[in-house]
Amino acid sequence: MHYVLRKLGFYLVAAWAALTINFILPRLIPGNPVEVLLARSRGQGAVPPQEARSLELLLGLGHGNLLTRYIEYLNQLVHLNFGLSITYFPTPVTTVIAQCLPWTLVLVGTATVMGASLGVTLGAVAGWKRSSAWVNNLIPCTTFLTAIPYFWLALVLLYLFAEIVHAFPLYGGYDASLQIGWSGHFIGSALYHAVLPAATIVISSVGGWLLGMRNMMVSTLAEDYVMAAEAKGLPTRRIMLGYAARNAVLPSVAGFAISLGFIVSGSIVMEVVFSYPGIGYNLLLAVQNDDYPLMQGIFLIISLAVLGANLLVDLLYGFVDPRTRLSR
Amino acid sequence: MSVQATVVGLSEGPTLQPDAGARARRWAFPRSARLTIGLVIVGFFVLMAVVGPYLVGNPLTFHTAMLHAPTTRFLLGTTQLGQDVFAQLVVGSRGTLEVGFLAAAVATVVSIVVGIGGGYVGGRVDELMSLVSNVFLVIPSLPLVIVVSAYVHSTSLLPLILVIALTSWAASARVLRAQTLSVRNREYVLAARASGEKVWRIVIVEIMPNELAIIASQLLFSVIFAILTAASLAFLGLGNINSVSWGSMLYFAQNDEALSSGAWWWFVPPGLCIALLGAGLALINFGLDEVVNPRLHTATRRRAR
Repeated sequence: MHYVLRKLGFYLVAAWAALTINFILPRLIPGNPVEVLLARSRGQGAVPPQEARSLELLLGLGHGNLLTRYIEYLNQLVHLNFGLSITYFPTPVTTVIAQCLPWTLVLVGTATVMGASLGVTLGAVAGWKRSSAWVNNLIPCTTFLTAIPYFWLALVLLYLFAEIVHAFPLYGGYDASLQIGWSGHFIGSALYHAVLPAATIVISSVGGWLLGMRNMMVSTLAEDYVMAAEAKGLPTRRIMLGYAARNAVLPSVAGFAISLGFIVSGSIVMEVVFSYPGIGYNLLLAVQNDDYPLMQGIFLIISLAVLGANLLVDLLYGFVDPRTRLSR
Repeated sequence: MSVQATVVGLSEGPTLQPDAGARARRWAFPRSARLTIGLVIVGFFVLMAVVGPYLVGNPLTFHTAMLHAPTTRFLLGTTQLGQDVFAQLVVGSRGTLEVGFLAAAVATVVSIVVGIGGGYVGGRVDELMSLVSNVFLVIPSLPLVIVVSAYVHSTSLLPLILVIALTSWAASARVLRAQTLSVRNREYVLAARASGEKVWRIVIVEIMPNELAIIASQLLFSVIFAILTAASLAFLGLGNINSVSWGSMLYFAQNDEALSSGAWWWFVPPGLCIALLGAGLALINFGLDEVVNPRLHTATRRRAR
């Protein structure tokens, strides 16, 4: 229980830090962004009178001292008032995010789990077969995979499987002629469009998991308790899974935060290559259009989503490794 | 200073693990093929970045052959505008490595201060620094870098390096702190403290040299990270597009429809170079690990019997 509370406390601090960074950043903008934004929005249609005020509060650029502005900014966030997007004027930022978040969550979530399970399994096998020269020569090649930029792999896959072999669509997340909904056609189309993006994430992330797991497996296999298990004549399968792999996987789980950071960062840029209608693609649109409200909203939602995923894994870790539950 | 020295040492080799001692040096080099391959790859790219730009023509010159497939004159063909891709690749290596190594150097210095300094000093300071690095570790870095670059609208090198460094020091700091905690109560540190040495001197002269292998390994990871981040930013059109780098090459390739015109020679080489360089750096790291972590060795040796 103490472990859970401590973790919750830490993630609250981290979330607060993300909110505060988000508050401080707009101060870096040269000039008066609210004026710039309003001028641009006016070109696209009527601006509601309270919009200027709301923008000022959100960007923390209103009047009064820093503390009151900070409190007003937090107040806006609590009421989920992120302002109106300029890219999709006059749609509220929350609506834009609600539309694109599921795409990224499903794609990145599924692909991350697939890449991690595949990598950990292969790593366990590679660690187990550590005497095989064939496996050992193959291992250094996976370092190449880990260093591939996601967006470049996306370009190459797109070129091979959409330009040369017309097996997959060139861009988008679904067939635009279909109605978005829970119909079989739409889901089929969405899956079809997700194959290449998902493949990009799995291929580029699998190497990292594999290497980490393999190295831990090799050092775990050198432990005395593994030798004792061998001496007792336990079945190979049980030694491999129950004794070695179970302990070797812990650092991979503990290092999840770093891996997830890599995957999320990579996926953001990858979405741009596929014009995938997710969070990353919209972040770029927001940047290109100087759409500060949307940028802020997306940065916050990505941060909070990543924090949430890490919290989940940390809690899971408490289950996998009982030692963490013993509070010191 | 010392980080600079490490960077130089990496491309040359034998100065790599001054702490591992003569014993390590005797068997590490013939045995670790990974280290050798890694050093060859990274050495090749460093050479390319240092000497290369003087050997190829101006990468921005427009030739009459546009979007031409590789020939003997243009080894990697030409772009949409008739620019020599090979020349861009060579000149771009300098820009890419510059950002990579400089950002990694800054990040490593920060991680040394926070990780070793905090770990050694202990108490409230350590708790706070450790909390800050853990927070930075879980906040996703690229979105932050993208948003900052979008706000700052700067095209010069320094802000780019600082932003990348700011978002990438945390992981190293955590590793260094863990190591420092195990080192801080060893006899030689206690002796230094007892003889009244100043904190900064204990950190730099007593503790840091004993963590050089870890620092080097973290530095290498930071270089990969910085190169990937800088390339991603350039690819998105943020940062300085006009200076030639592997990232900006990919940006122009993507925006000028290299894909649909089948110009693979334009977008394949820069990414391949990034991946190769990254693999080289990672191989050096694994080679180092084999040297420093004898367990990986005993395990392989026992089986080899």
